Parts: sequence; structure tokens; C-alpha cells
Amino acid sequence: MSAAAIASRVARPVRTHLDWLESEAIHILREVAGQCQNPALLFSGGKDSSVLLRLAEKAFRPGRIPFPLLHIDTGHNFPEVLEFRDRRAEGLGARLVVRSVEESIRRGTVRLRSQSDSRNAAQSVTLLEAIAELSFDAAIGGARRDEEKARAKERVFSFRDEFGQWNPRDQRPELWSLYNARVRPGEHVRVFPISNWTELEVWQYIAREGIELPSLYFAHRRPVVRRHGLLVPVTPLTPPRAGEAVEELSVRFRTVGDISCTCPVESTAGDAEAVVAETVSVRLTERGATRMDDQTSEVSMERRKREGYF
Amino acid sequence: MSLAGDLERSVLAGAERGVLRFVAAGSVDDGKSTLIGRLLYDSRAILEDQLAALERASLRRGAAGIDLSLLTDGLEAEREQGITIDVAYRYFATPRRKFIIADTPGHEQYTRNMATGASTADALVLLVDARKGVVTQTRRHLVLAQMLGIRRAIAFVNKMDLVGYAQDAYERAVEEMRSFAAPLGFETLEAMPGSALRGDMVAARGGSLGWFTGPTLLERLETLESGAEEAAAGPMRFPVQLVSRPHGGAARGYMGRLESGFLLAGEEVAVYPGGRRTRIRGIRGVAGEREIAVAGDSVTVVLADDLDIGRGDLIADAGAPPREARSLDAMLVWFDAEPLRPGTRLLAQHASRRAPACVSEIVARLDVNTLQERSPDGPASANDILRVRLSLQAPLFVDSYRDVRATGAFILIDEATNRTVGAGMVS
Ligand SMILES: Nc1nc2c(ncn2[C@@H]2O[C@H](COP(=O)(O)OP(=O)(O)OP(=O)(O)O)[C@@H](O)[C@H]2O)c(=O)[nH]1
Ligand SMILES: [Mg+2]
Repeated sequence: MSAAAIASRVARPVRTHLDWLESEAIHILREVAGQCQNPALLFSGGKDSSVLLRLAEKAFRPGRIPFPLLHIDTGHNFPEVLEFRDRRAEGLGARLVVRSVEESIRRGTVRLRSQSDSRNAAQSVTLLEAIAELSFDAAIGGARRDEEKARAKERVFSFRDEFGQWNPRDQRPELWSLYNARVRPGEHVRVFPISNWTELEVWQYIAREGIELPSLYFAHRRPVVRRHGLLVPVTPLTPPRAGEAVEELSVRFRTVGDISCTCPVESTAGDAEAVVAETVSVRLTERGATRMDDQTSEVSMERRKREGYF
Repeated sequence: MSLAGDLERSVLAGAERGVLRFVAAGSVDDGKSTLIGRLLYDSRAILEDQLAALERASLRRGAAGIDLSLLTDGLEAEREQGITIDVAYRYFATPRRKFIIADTPGHEQYTRNMATGASTADALVLLVDARKGVVTQTRRHLVLAQMLGIRRAIAFVNKMDLVGYAQDAYERAVEEMRSFAAPLGFETLEAMPGSALRGDMVAARGGSLGWFTGPTLLERLETLESGAEEAAAGPMRFPVQLVSRPHGGAARGYMGRLESGFLLAGEEVAVYPGGRRTRIRGIRGVAGEREIAVAGDSVTVVLADDLDIGRGDLIADAGAPPREARSLDAMLVWFDAEPLRPGTRLLAQHASRRAPACVSEIVARLDVNTLQERSPDGPASANDILRVRLSLQAPLFVDSYRDVRATGAFILIDEATNRTVGAGMVS
């Protein structure tokens, strides 16, 4: 009897859309391990990188994740996210490398106009310095094509030249799932295993897998002010401006980045299932609802990406 | 329209809708990006802030209304020049289905990016300008789509508003398209008229094409066969990506993605190179031990015998083995600005294996206008579609691309620059 004939008699597991995405991401992660000499996985403690970490766990089971985790600390992170980051890395027995924008400022490679300036863009400098210092030839990130129109254009294996620059006009053709991760010394690739996932699918996966996240991803009460249609969290770094009324609302974060540019949204979702339900009916994009830095110009994400941002 | 509400209900009910990946292709300015924008806009897949940004960007460019092509033309250079340079991927869902869309460039110069978008698509949406009909780039994209294994094509005869919605203009364009594409052998080849700009026949019928009785593009896309089952029907092919050597006595496992067919515990398999026979002792899925894996599943395979297997090896159906090839006849799309000359040495990447390769002969160049294969007059240049003969320094274990996509496809890498310079399909 042929394999296909036997197969038709065995109960076939149904492959859902999430299974398909998971399988693709695992294939990509294994290609990184197979092709690259010295990769790192960018792990910030945020939801996308937590999904990435779970995928990496599954990809290499029962072995350990065969690369270190790298976090670029802007110095403006939510403390509970850093605490979560450290706890997750320790739980996995993974090596966590942290490089901070603060060090780059001390070295003089990052210059900010003021201490409270957003350090989001400055991360690119520190990231490229870390990649050079530790000779990484691949940096795996949790960016998704549905986040932003420049990201919608990016390859899964995205080449960076010796200056860490992305050239969107001349990307390597990427056919089928034949990924080309070859680089010369000093160059690297960025790899995005969850390129094809949407925000909704990320939350469905978090719910399905029971992935733990920092508590600020779920509804909690927090003082905020309304500014340019966003809810700006009131923190020592982002104090209310004159004339702004501070309100305490039930909110959650859709993305968690630098404190100085990440805003929560109103929400009553206390767990991942509830977030899924809210996500199906959102009216604003993830970045549109939450990021102050993306709104400065039509092409701000592309420009930052060209300079080495993830 | 309560599309969003229906979608919400179906997602929350956990309904699994299946995925269709399609590519929008066709000549320069025929309206691919506008069509994709229209599809997203009319199916309420655009959120409020995207819409506001779109309005601002359109205004800045002096457009009278919203320029829907800006939804996918996301790069600065694309927006400045009003053209698409690289493929954009967009995701949207209706209650019936999820879609992954690749919007590709029409310019010949960016054929590599069109091929990138088409290589993973189940279906082709081919744009044809009702005024211009089928032009060289339309033909090139039809040929490439067919070569890349897309079996279902829908020609959207666009800009009907510019020909007064006249049926004879539509029929002329369809006739041209059909007479060219018929010999290519698509499984299904359909056509419909419409206007991406005005929205006729995209998600809604509009009021101007009363003589057309077929479904709208969206209705058609929602019911098109996806081809997801095709890979499962092929012979078993499992390229090894990594070897897991767990500590503490657990058996060695071979990690990879099943690219074709089924994998069953207990089944006899052959391992290449060498063709040594063994049995599948166990299959570890991401959620634990399992009896069976289906094409597309990333799993870890444990074999009954202790063989020396590493990355790049292929575990395959013992009864339907791949072909051991030291030389290959293949169709090749050349991407690089550097011309391809016979004798050029490159690196072939095939499944999880790489082998030094030499393009020993350029047998023919395909004339995309006539579908004639001509003997090459000198080196091949970028975007040429070629029939070539490759000699390989070490054998590859291949199938014809028609039979098994994953083991019939390869890319060529220039070892000096590391650029991906060509994509090949084994004949
Ligand atoms: N009148 C009319 N104009 C259209 C229609 N569809 C697109 N256009 C216009 O045609 C021009 C080109 O449209 P695009 O969508 O950018 O074309 P494209 O096929 O994506 O072009 P490339 O990606 O650069 O190959 C734009 O000015 C559109 O507004 C239509 O149905 N009717
Ligand atoms: Mg376009």
C-alpha cells in the first residue's frame, strides 16, 4: 500500500492557519541556525519577541535555543518589562546580552538633544555597535509586515551592508523558501520569522500557547493625558504638560517600546482571549494608536530602517 | 456592509477559513497597486489612521481623490516616482477566507521582485489595461507565473472607465490574453472587466458593467481553489535542516520541514546521498509525538538506524526516489545586472543543500512575445528567461519542478558578491 493510501486512513491532524504560520517560522529559525555562524535573537520582553522566543523554544526542542538573546536597552524601559525579560531568559537558561543606549551616549556615538528625548531611533546605533562588537552575522527580530508600509516591503532574510544599512531599492530576490543568508565579514542579515503574522494572529497564538507577557499588555488602571489623539502615560519621563488634565483610565499597551514614545489604548481586556476579541474590532493600527515617533513623517519608519533600525 | 461584524463573529467562533495567496501582476501602470488598494479599501481592511495617512499623502501629491496605490507603494522612492519597485505583502480576511496578497512591480527592471512575489502564490490576478491590451510585460508575467507553477489565473481587464465600459473593448483584450495564454496550460484561466479606480467589479459590482454577469473579483477570490493540498499529494521529501543531538541518551533527531507528501511512523524511507534504507521510528511535532506529518509541517524525525546524516541530506520516499543529478536541465530566470556567460561558476542552493555549479550551456532564450525558444546570441542579461544546462560539483537530489516544487526549485548565488542572481526550475 502506498504511503498516500495509508495516510488517507490515519486520522490527519487539521492544520489551522496558526499551525501554518508556526511551521513557517520554525523553518526560518532552523535555517538561521543552519546557515549562520553567530546569530542573535532580539528579545525585548515585548509581545512579538515573546512569541519569537516561544517559536525558538519549539524549533530546537529538546535542545536549547542555539543562540544568545540580545536586548538594546534604551534606558527608558518600563521596569516590569525588564524584570520580565530577565526572568524569561533565566527560565530558559539562555544567555542574555544587554547593550544600552546609555553606553553609546557615554561613548559619544549617540547624541541627544535632551535627556528626555525619545531614544527609539538611537537604538539603531547601539544595535549596530553590539552587532559589530559581538560579530553577529544574523539578528532575528519580531517585526511584522502588517505593522507598517515599509515593513510590508521587507524580505524575511534582509541583508544589511557593512554600515548596517538596508537598501530597499536593491533587496535580494527571495523565491520560495530558499533563503540566502550569506554575508561577508562585517555584514549581517536581519531575519523576521513572523513576517507574515498579523497583530490578531500574534494574540491568537499568545492565547493558544498560554505565552506569559508583562502585565502592562493587559488592562490596568494608569494615569494618562490625552495628546494628539493618543493617551500619553504619565511617568517621570513623560510628565503632563501645562493645562493637560490627568485622568486615570483602564488601559493596556498594544506595543511596548521606549517609554517616551509608547502609548496605551483604552481597554478592559484582562487576558489574551479578551485581547483577541478587542483586536478583531480595532479601528486604528497598532502603531497608529500607540506610537508618537511614527507620525513625524510619511517615511519615518523607512528612514530609520535604512539606518539600521529593526 | 457588515463585513467587519461578520468577520468578528467568525474569528471569535474559531472558524478556520483557509488561506489563499495571490499575486497581482501585469504591465507598468495597468493598475495593480490601485486594484489591491481598492480591494482593501472596499472590504474595510483599512483602518482609520491608515486612511487618514492615505488622504494626507494623496493630497500632498495633488491627487483629486484618494490615491489607493499608495496603500502598497510604501517606499519613499515608489511614492516619489508613482511606481512599484518591490513587492508589498498585505494581509486581509473576509468571513470566508484569509488572503495574503503580493503586489508586484510591472517594470521589466524589477522582474526579480515580481518573481519573488509570484513564487509563493496559489493564484495570479493579471491586470490588463483595456485600452492597451496585452503588451510584452503582460506576456512576461504570464509566462513567469506559469513557469513558477501558478495554476489558476484571473485576468482583470482594468480601466474600463476609460473605454466607456464598452463590451467590445473588453472582449478584444480577453481574446488577446486567451490566444497568448492558452498554450501555457493554466488549469483555469478566467477574465473579468472592471475599474480599480472607480471600484467596479472589485468588491462591489458598480453600476456600469451591467452586461457582465460573472462574479466580482472578491467573490471569485473567496471561492478559488487554493492548491494547499497539492504538496501533500506528491512523493515524500524531507530535507534535513539540522541534527538535534540531545544530551542524556535521547535518540538523534533530524529537524526539517516536510516539503512534499506524508510521513508516517514505521514507513520505509531512503536517505540521500547514498540511498540507504531505514525506517521512521518516530515523528516529533512541535506539540509532541505524532503518527503522521503532512507537507508543510516542521517536525523532527527519528530513524530506526544510526546513519551519518547532516544538514543538506534528503530523506525521501523509498518507492518514489528523487533523481541524483550531476548535471541539470532547467529553466532559469536571470536577475543580475552582470550578464550570464556560459562557464560562469556559481553556488546552487537547493532545499537545504548548496553545491558549486557551473552554467555549462545556455541552450535557449525564451522570446516572451512568441513563446519561441531562440538560440542565444551572446550572454544572457537581466530578466532573461533561459533554458540552461548546469553541471554540479556534487550531486543534488532533484525532482522536476512540475512534480515537486520544493525539490525542483533552486536559486543561484554569486559567491563573490553573495547576491541571489538567478532562480531555476528543474525540467
Ligand atoms: N481611469 C483609471 N485609471 C486607473 C485605473 N486603475 C489605475 N489607474 C491609474 O493608473 C495609474 C497607475 O496605477 P498603479 O496602480 O500605480 O499601476 P501599477 O500597475 O501598480 O504600476 P506599477 O506597479 O508601477 O507597474 C494611476 O494613475 C492610477 O490612478 C482605472 O481603473 N481607471
Ligand atoms: Mg504598482
